[in-house]
Amino acid sequence: MNIISFIKRGEYIDSISIMLIAKRVAEIEGVTDSAAVMGTAENKAMLKASGFVTPEILQAGEMDLIVALKLRDGVEPGSITATVRAIFKTAKEQDGEDTLLPQSIESALKTLPDANLAMISVAGRYAGDLAMKSLEQGLHVMLFSDNVSIEEEIELKKFASSRHLFVMGPDCGTAIINGVPLAFANVVDRGNIGVVAASGTGLQEVSCLISNAGCGISQAIGTGGRDVTKEVGGVMFIEGIRALASDPSTHVVLLVSKPPAAEVVKKIVSVANGIQKPIVSVFLDASTALLKDSNIVQASTLEEAALLSVALAKNEDPATVGKLLKKRRSEIARIAKTEAAKLSPKQKYLRALYSGGTFCDEAQLICQADLRDLHSNTPFGSSKKLRDSSRSQGHTIVDLGDDEFTVGKPHPMIDYSTRNKRIITDAEDPETAVLLLDIVLGYGANMSPLDDIIPVIQQMRTITAHQKRYLPVICSVTGTDRDPQNRSAVAAGLQAKGVVVMESNAAASTLAQAIISAKER
Amino acid sequence: MSQIFQSELKVINIGLRSFKETLDKQNVRAVHVDWRPPLIVDNTAMAVIRSNAVRIEAANRKALEKILNSKPVITGMGKALEVIPGMKKNLLLHAGPPVNWQSMCGPMRGAVIGALMYEGLAGDVEQAEQIAASGAIEFSPCHEHAAVGPMAGIVSPSMPVFILENVTYGNRAYCTMNEGLGKVLRYGAYGPEVIERLKWMESTLYPSLCRAIEKVGTIDLKNIIAQALQMGDEVHNRNRAATSLLYRTLAPAVLQTSDDKEMAAAVLEFINRNDHFFLNLSMGASKLSLDAARNIRDSSIVVAMARNGTEFGVQLSGTGSEWFTGPSPVPDALYFTGFTREDANPDIGDSSVTETAGLGGFAIASSPAIVQFVGGSTKDAINYTLKMYEITDAENTVYKIPYLNFRGTPTGIDVIKVVGKNILPFIDTGVAHKNAGIGQIGAGVLSAPAEPFMKAFITFADRLTTQKEH
Repeated sequence: MNIISFIKRGEYIDSISIMLIAKRVAEIEGVTDSAAVMGTAENKAMLKASGFVTPEILQAGEMDLIVALKLRDGVEPGSITATVRAIFKTAKEQDGEDTLLPQSIESALKTLPDANLAMISVAGRYAGDLAMKSLEQGLHVMLFSDNVSIEEEIELKKFASSRHLFVMGPDCGTAIINGVPLAFANVVDRGNIGVVAASGTGLQEVSCLISNAGCGISQAIGTGGRDVTKEVGGVMFIEGIRALASDPSTHVVLLVSKPPAAEVVKKIVSVANGIQKPIVSVFLDASTALLKDSNIVQASTLEEAALLSVALAKNEDPATVGKLLKKRRSEIARIAKTEAAKLSPKQKYLRALYSGGTFCDEAQLICQADLRDLHSNTPFGSSKKLRDSSRSQGHTIVDLGDDEFTVGKPHPMIDYSTRNKRIITDAEDPETAVLLLDIVLGYGANMSPLDDIIPVIQQMRTITAHQKRYLPVICSVTGTDRDPQNRSAVAAGLQAKGVVVMESNAAASTLAQAIISAKER
Repeated sequence: MSQIFQSELKVINIGLRSFKETLDKQNVRAVHVDWRPPLIVDNTAMAVIRSNAVRIEAANRKALEKILNSKPVITGMGKALEVIPGMKKNLLLHAGPPVNWQSMCGPMRGAVIGALMYEGLAGDVEQAEQIAASGAIEFSPCHEHAAVGPMAGIVSPSMPVFILENVTYGNRAYCTMNEGLGKVLRYGAYGPEVIERLKWMESTLYPSLCRAIEKVGTIDLKNIIAQALQMGDEVHNRNRAATSLLYRTLAPAVLQTSDDKEMAAAVLEFINRNDHFFLNLSMGASKLSLDAARNIRDSSIVVAMARNGTEFGVQLSGTGSEWFTGPSPVPDALYFTGFTREDANPDIGDSSVTETAGLGGFAIASSPAIVQFVGGSTKDAINYTLKMYEITDAENTVYKIPYLNFRGTPTGIDVIKVVGKNILPFIDTGVAHKNAGIGQIGAGVLSAPAEPFMKAFITFADRLTTQKEH
């Protein structure tokens, strides 16, 4: 066992900050035991009794902070040093938290002169002005805010282009820049696949699937959904593709969007044709004539796009993806048959309750192949509009993250209460045959999803058991094991309650649809 | 574009604080901005201002150059009637923006009554009130006569005033001698002892100081203020160091120019016992510097913030003599025993001219000694000063704050920043009783009210538009 210590001399650190430091060093990978204390005689005796003995600790004075660590065998002390220094640094900054925060971009730049990105999440009416100020200061912008007018968006993006800056958004929920997940993003591995996405949930899904399949993300650039409309003209989507094309760490470029405007698709194709790197696209659209003569590999689902990118990144034959998905389809058919057999004659309808908007679209696209009479509050393809968004009607695929549900409330990825109520309503409906759900993990999302969803699953089971029915629940979990919520733990928790957890939304939607189809036969 | 991929990501976060916390967890360098929505959301006005940014910036630079290069000195003394421009026998000057007798607050009415009796224009209170209401007496803001006055700020024709001169730009400013604390005219007291003191100041203090100043030559106020800031004054609510420095300058000359030892001692003792003796001079020095920066076209710099106890008024360099006003707020104060907020008069006096020039509340980080007196901690004081850098265009080149590594005080309030950032100027001040004659009942701090700044901003933007069309 290796014992190392760090001494921070003569610097006043309050007790709360010391506790914080202690907590953080204990969490460092490779540390088996740790302590953070001031170097008083008592503390030093305590350290000695716990086996922490180093020359530095012996010499430390009462005014010195001691951090002592026991490392697992084989862990390089050198790799820990930088982490501990960083912890010291942030602890000291927090110590000064009650000193005044900068109140404007200009004064923030005095504190952090070489800042390169402004993350803006204030109310939409103020966001455009702040974004422009940031661009004027030479900062790239991630504009999380929505309700920024399209005129402002166009003005911002034109100005940004002229300054060679990115404007990600408005309404850009997620991005991964230089390995740093921003806003609502997952902790994914770094790698050689670069993503440009006009869809936040889409970006989260492909980046997680890529990471879970053993590859990683070089950069993931969000553009906001409106970027690919005719009006905005795909300015940032195109800039994103160009940036990834010239980025040496990116080997495969993955494009994610709801169907872009035809003009934008043409621009994408013309830019893509000049790029040597493999390019994969998922535009959630069957009409792909425009892409026919391009070198872009088309995928019909987010999952397929992620797997194709992975294959290309690993220099494998993309045809393996087709085989894999085919094999999975037969497996899904088998599960579907078993589940369908447990349904009562009255149970007919799919009820999909989504928190992710792109998932809602993707599910509609997948289910439209076999299910007629599909309804949604955000109809996509041949779906019909729900008469009343708050009530299911026939096969229903609803986006609970749509504005009509979120006025004055947190997004359903954070706060499950709206969906939990809807789960019960649909469970009480004897015609409901399948419940399809999504859970999105990562920063910004609900930090304890199981605590919030398990009780409602149990309540739902009580209702259906009472009515002598069985209701299958299918759920996709978008996330990784490095996310603060840990995907495996969440999936296991759901499975323990009889929820069928699928690896992707595409798989979950396919299964849900297959159960209904199997029942109908 | 892809340059950011090659650099370390460093983030400025504006909005949801949790995004910054997430970045902290990942050891990403990030700064959170404590952002507030602007006072006015007027995209047209903002667009006009943005499209004229270069002109405004140039104008403000010019204004700041004048404020910072100003060099106020005392050159002598004189009677208000003889030296103050536009002073008349039937004119009383008052603090703040224009106000008539009907709208005057208690302390100001009291001071008017006292001044009329001091001038011999009224024999008693009743008569004084009658004359004041009759229209025979004219009222005008000190600020419009190159003068400033603390609290009620009444200057009457016979009052002796210091004559201040701006060595750099040649303009002059005038201010009365400070009467001390307790029952005094500026707080609206008008009893016999008040009039008696004013008479003594006219007959004894004034000639004595006149001679002493003549003997000394000019007295460099900028130098005294700069030193006082390093000795714990912010020269609005604390003037102890500055008064001491002035005393050291004057004392030998007072003795040398006096035949009467007892009288010389009384004069020196009067100054010695009044820690606020320098206040009127720090105000005059501020006024002198700000007046130099008036009437610069396209400048959004505030050249006056003044309160008459009813309204709070603001003037900008680029909008001439127009006052922008709104109701004056009651300061958030610590009250002397026996008094409460109920007793407090709304904020009053020209003394906020110190803040306008980058002193007073703007320099409170220099003055830990008074922080508790105005109700706060040392850290609060530092934060007040730091915050004011957000709304000012320059850091003072001579007035420096030791604790902030001798950083210059935040100077030159820019109305565009006040409105855009929703940060109002911070003032630390004395509080007057709302009834005439009771005097000071506490001290505290306040943010200037938003309304005058919003009005000033709108007019400023309007003028830019019309000028552009011409």
